[in-house]
Amino acid sequence: MTLTSLHFAALSPILLVSATIVVVMLAIAFKRHHRGNATLSVVGLNLALFACAVMIWIAHPAMMVTPLFAVDGYALFYMALILVATLATATLSHAYLEGFKGEKEEMYLLLCLSALGGLTLACATHFASLFIGFELLSVPLYAMIAYPVKNRRPLEGGLKYLVLSAVASAFLLFGMALIYSQTGQLGFAEVGAYFAAGGSSIAVLGGALLLIGLGFKLSLVPFHLWTPDVYEGAPAPVASYLATASKTAIFAVLMRYFVEAGGYYQASLVEVLGWLAFASILIGNVLAVRQNNVKRMLAYSSIAHFGYCMVALVAGGPLAVEAVGAYLLTYVVTSIGAFGVVTLSSSPMGERDADVIYDYRGLFWRRPYLASILTAMLLSLAGIPLTAGFIGKFYVVAIGVDAHLWWLMGAVIVGSGIGLYYYLRLMVSLFLLDPSKHRFSAPIDWAQRIGGIMTLLAMLLMLALGIFPQPFIHLLQISTIIPPG
Amino acid sequence: MILLWLILIPFIGGLLAWQGERVVGRGFPRWIALATMLIALGISVWLWLVGDYALPAVGGVPQWAIEYQVPWIPRFGISLHLGLDGLSLLLVVLTNLLGVMAVACSWREIDRNVGFFHLNLLWNLGGVVGVFLTLDLFLFFFLWEMMLVPMYFLIALWGHNSPGGKGRIYAATKFFIFTQVSGLIMLLAILGLVLVHYQQTGTISFDYMVLLKTVMSPQVEMVLMLGFFIAFAVKTPMVPLHSWLPDAHSQAPTAGSVDLAGILLKTAAYGMLRFALPLFPNASAQFAPVAMWFGVVGILYGAFLCFSQNDIKRLVAYSSVSHMGFVLIGIYAGTTQALQGVVVQMLAHGLSAGALFILCGEIYERLHTRELSKMGGLWARFPYLPPIALFFSIAALGMPGLGNFIGEFLILLGSWPISPLITIFASSGLVFGAVYSLILVQRAFHGAPADGAPPLKDLGKRELSMMALLMVLLLALGLYPQFVLDTSAASMDQVHSIYGAAQALIGVTP
Repeated sequence: MTLTSLHFAALSPILLVSATIVVVMLAIAFKRHHRGNATLSVVGLNLALFACAVMIWIAHPAMMVTPLFAVDGYALFYMALILVATLATATLSHAYLEGFKGEKEEMYLLLCLSALGGLTLACATHFASLFIGFELLSVPLYAMIAYPVKNRRPLEGGLKYLVLSAVASAFLLFGMALIYSQTGQLGFAEVGAYFAAGGSSIAVLGGALLLIGLGFKLSLVPFHLWTPDVYEGAPAPVASYLATASKTAIFAVLMRYFVEAGGYYQASLVEVLGWLAFASILIGNVLAVRQNNVKRMLAYSSIAHFGYCMVALVAGGPLAVEAVGAYLLTYVVTSIGAFGVVTLSSSPMGERDADVIYDYRGLFWRRPYLASILTAMLLSLAGIPLTAGFIGKFYVVAIGVDAHLWWLMGAVIVGSGIGLYYYLRLMVSLFLLDPSKHRFSAPIDWAQRIGGIMTLLAMLLMLALGIFPQPFIHLLQISTIIPPG
Repeated sequence: MILLWLILIPFIGGLLAWQGERVVGRGFPRWIALATMLIALGISVWLWLVGDYALPAVGGVPQWAIEYQVPWIPRFGISLHLGLDGLSLLLVVLTNLLGVMAVACSWREIDRNVGFFHLNLLWNLGGVVGVFLTLDLFLFFFLWEMMLVPMYFLIALWGHNSPGGKGRIYAATKFFIFTQVSGLIMLLAILGLVLVHYQQTGTISFDYMVLLKTVMSPQVEMVLMLGFFIAFAVKTPMVPLHSWLPDAHSQAPTAGSVDLAGILLKTAAYGMLRFALPLFPNASAQFAPVAMWFGVVGILYGAFLCFSQNDIKRLVAYSSVSHMGFVLIGIYAGTTQALQGVVVQMLAHGLSAGALFILCGEIYERLHTRELSKMGGLWARFPYLPPIALFFSIAALGMPGLGNFIGEFLILLGSWPISPLITIFASSGLVFGAVYSLILVQRAFHGAPADGAPPLKDLGKRELSMMALLMVLLLALGLYPQFVLDTSAASMDQVHSIYGAAQALIGVTP
């Protein structure tokens, strides 16, 4: 097929990010300038986001660009979400890296590369584009996690992520190969038709291996072992990227795989996913209780949150895509705020990030805005009304009740109860008086202020989502995918 | 619109108090909070005076004196639907009155982070008022959970670490987790109800008036009713689920205790009257004996534990468990007298328990202990406080002439035709109530004061006027309860007409 200008217009977010990568790379080669390079990448990402927003606004018709990519409402929504998370990471990185001794500029290059992988995944309707996106998302992350390369813990985290990602990729590839051996096709639609017609046990085995590969990235129990170490080791902005953009992209493609490539026809796998969700919710929450390290706690909490999200996927039905979208939207906004505060409290000049609960003791009396934001975000993670997290949880519970998944609903309730305990523990320590010594104090300067404004915006968006969700629900409704047939 | 303002005023006042502290000064939040609650109280009393709350139900559909509805999340048929009838009006007035008291009693007690304290207090009160007004189940759940957060902060940040206790953060977290988890079970039940309705009619709606007519199979109705009941039972608190209450009370600051005992416990009883009974009348009627026996257990267990308490606030807390047992019995007895008794009992308990907690706070401010074993002989050291405390203790034990007597008497009278056995057991609670109330007075105030104990600073004008107001109201409620009964009659008739029909179906007739 020939590509027309219409196809290029549809792909414009991806093309803009690719162009940004080249421009940033050249700019770094030309002259190292931290703020300049950061601004360049932020401008490029913003252009891409703007392109997405325009296409959503004018209700761009769904379009296949080669068999690899579908640019429909669903893809546009997730591309926008990934870009927002990437932009937040870029802003936070700028604040975080200000005091970094080594080379700062490559972070933005890696970030844009990884975001490109995320965008690819959001559009992927073919196993080839799935795999390309998957690798493009992960490979820059190895370097990003180990970015402060002189320190032991980031290096350890990066190495762990590298090894386990490679294993996940191997599973993914082998799963695809098995499915291909049965169907002779790699497109989602063709594979979906094959499964709808009955499938075969080998193809289901392939589907299982594929889920293992994706489950690694989503850190579902029992594939979660890397998560706390990597989150702890990674610089705070990168951890935020891992929790938001990376997982959202993987979940987006997983959801599309289920709807379009006949995942829902593999009933046994759906049931297994239900058990994975059950285990993720309970184990994630239980292990989070014991953590004194905020980043590890957020890591375990993200395991639990993707368990909740998985409940919406397992429940299926007409509401599933919308519910998953709502959950991811609320989770991304909330996590950006939470990790944003952790980042703004940390600085790479110290030997470690501000990540022990003790560091946050009495934060409210020293930096009230930052502490208020973190409080609101923790309440949102706990799913308290008035916050976005409640809307996400409401969707999950509604769809779970609709599908009569009572045992999963039990897990959601028990998990939320346990979750409250550790969120409250961190939250109340923000307000306790005894700042005997200020264990950490990142410098307050321009970069900090930009980061601060960004987290403040995240909080406002989070509250808007929680108090008046109708516009966002409308957005989710137009960005759904309808299963074929 | 006036109903929306009733909810919004405390929220706005809270924000003003919080920010005003930095701009104007430390005393400012107190005045703002007091003014806010007085305005809210003024509006609610004005609504009482001008409104007509005797509208009879038309064709089984309750009538609201004032109603307000705007769409909120049309995707799920959720709207901001508020309605006011006699029952909600009385509880709103009680909330705002005790809100004024809570602000007044923390005037001197709270001396750090005054602005943030009043933010939490007022937001909590605003949330409770919302719970009493809402007619949309989503909004109800929303406010039900939302009001916990400020309460959590009140206990966790301004509470006491009483010696031997597990600490205020432990108590606050326990309170939060108990109510939040039970609330989520209620959310499951709400969604279940909405989906049952959706399967029948094809429209999604969370509106109370729409869902009221939902027809369900008996098993489904029972399951959903239990979902609601668990949430309300935790908050009431019903006995096996009550363990958060003494902890929360003993650690909470005075305003928090007043709020908790006087208002928050009433939201649960209100929820049963407004939602559990009318939405699931058949299941409730079947479940009634169980609930009433739990009420009896609560009355007796609460009363017995009162004897063994050494902490004066824990004693009052357990007496709340005992008193709320009467409310549980009255609600599930379901006769008009019992339901009217429940209303009076809620108001009277709000006033008397609120007053007792304020007195506990005042004693603590002066003695810096809440342990009864370290008191004794206080009568000689204060001129005013002990007789006032005696008055409220006597009110709590149900002395005729005071509000609590009317409430308990009507509940027992109304429950007798339903179940004489339960009524007999319940009335023994009155005897035990007398015992523990008098033990409280005896141990705290009588006896000889320790040698050389100096006379203590007595109640000031602010404290005396608060107490005087509460005493007058309690007397008025005891001597002429008709003005309250008239206001709530139509609402209670409505509940009775739905519930009584269901009782008749399973052969329970008064």
